[in-house]
Amino acid sequence: MEEKVVAIEGVTRQFGLLKALDDLTFSVDPGCVHGLVGANGAGKTTLIKHILGLLRARSGSVRVFGLDPVKHPVEVLGRIGYLSEERDLPDWMRIHELARYTQAYHPKWDNSYSDELIQTFELDPQQKIKNLSRGQRALTGLIAAVAHRPDLLLLDEPSSGLDAIVRQDILREVVRAVADEGRTALFSSHLLDEVERMSDVVTMIHKGKVVLHGSLDDIKDGHQHLTLRFPEEQMVRPTIAGALSLEGFGNQWQAVCNGELEQAKAAIQALGAEITEVRNPSLQEIFVARVGRGVPTKTEG
Amino acid sequence: MNIQISLKDGVPIYRQIVNQVKYMVASGQLTSGMEVPPIRVLAEQLLVTPNTVVKAYRELETEGVVYKRRGAGTFISENGSPLKAAEQKRILTERADTLLTEAQQMGYSLDDITTLLNERAAVLGKAKNKSAKEHG
Repeated sequence: MEEKVVAIEGVTRQFGLLKALDDLTFSVDPGCVHGLVGANGAGKTTLIKHILGLLRARSGSVRVFGLDPVKHPVEVLGRIGYLSEERDLPDWMRIHELARYTQAYHPKWDNSYSDELIQTFELDPQQKIKNLSRGQRALTGLIAAVAHRPDLLLLDEPSSGLDAIVRQDILREVVRAVADEGRTALFSSHLLDEVERMSDVVTMIHKGKVVLHGSLDDIKDGHQHLTLRFPEEQMVRPTIAGALSLEGFGNQWQAVCNGELEQAKAAIQALGAEITEVRNPSLQEIFVARVGRGVPTKTEG
Repeated sequence: MNIQISLKDGVPIYRQIVNQVKYMVASGQLTSGMEVPPIRVLAEQLLVTPNTVVKAYRELETEGVVYKRRGAGTFISENGSPLKAAEQKRILTERADTLLTEAQQMGYSLDDITTLLNERAAVLGKAKNKSAKEHG
């Protein structure tokens, strides 16, 4: 087994009364795209800050490329390309100045790559960062994150607030990093469709805990979406043991199950309902079933 | 290669790629010896993780639909024809199943469906003859 790019074990982080990370264990394998999903406030950004060494683990351990990012910031950060959700860049610089400045602390910086991206994204190198549109700002931050060809590309909500074209530009760079040189990408997103398309491995966190972790194919294979038809209209939501969620109206209901399909089938039969369709759910449907409101969540190994 | 990815029906993305390439071979849009896009190109076009394309191509290779030439790329196989016949049958079977399920839900009997198929075949046959005459 190759060395993990990121290995987090038993990390807990509390802000006041809020447990942002609750005994969280998580790892990222090399050469894949890893999607991190969770509702707002689930702990995604706190987790990313631990990977960057911006927050020190109070309990448990954080290793990036086998090193503690707080003790070895130069070695670790030199191999990470990071794009924050706020795209915090020095406003007073011009694009070409930012490129030169970022280059100064990244020996592997590739000028021809950054020039190529500036051209592709139709950016003006003389433009001041504070005058850039939101999309141009994100693309400038992206160049600063990828042009040194980092071993780990770390993107925190890269699509947030951006139009479809800029989102595609960003995702294309993720594809490029992983396809050409087998590097690794970790990105957090609340756009589940994007995560489903882009990820080899998905980690779903909720209230600081991992609720689901595995290859996307395994996660999808491990869940079923059932369409049910009841002989009579159901005025209240029926209860089905073994189902993670049940949504619907009248005599048509949709259930999401995991693994315990036999149990759910028995429960459905006992209610006199008929299963009219069984298919694998989308990641969106799994997410809503797992962490949606009013539904108990279950931790899975 | 015009591949459409849908996240609505729960089919894994690599499987959608496999099915659509096989469909394009069966329908003659892809013919033996044609090159399929390199992994990165298709991954960028579909905006999917490159490993999904790797997995799809590997499966297509195992099934004999494509073959890899070292350093040159991935190509549609020569021996597509037995597979082609099987694939055509599979596609039509799938369509037939959908038709039968829907018809059943609407209360059509098998005889009703057969009658409908014959009627449609006659209509389509007439239209074809007509257009052949017009162009002939």
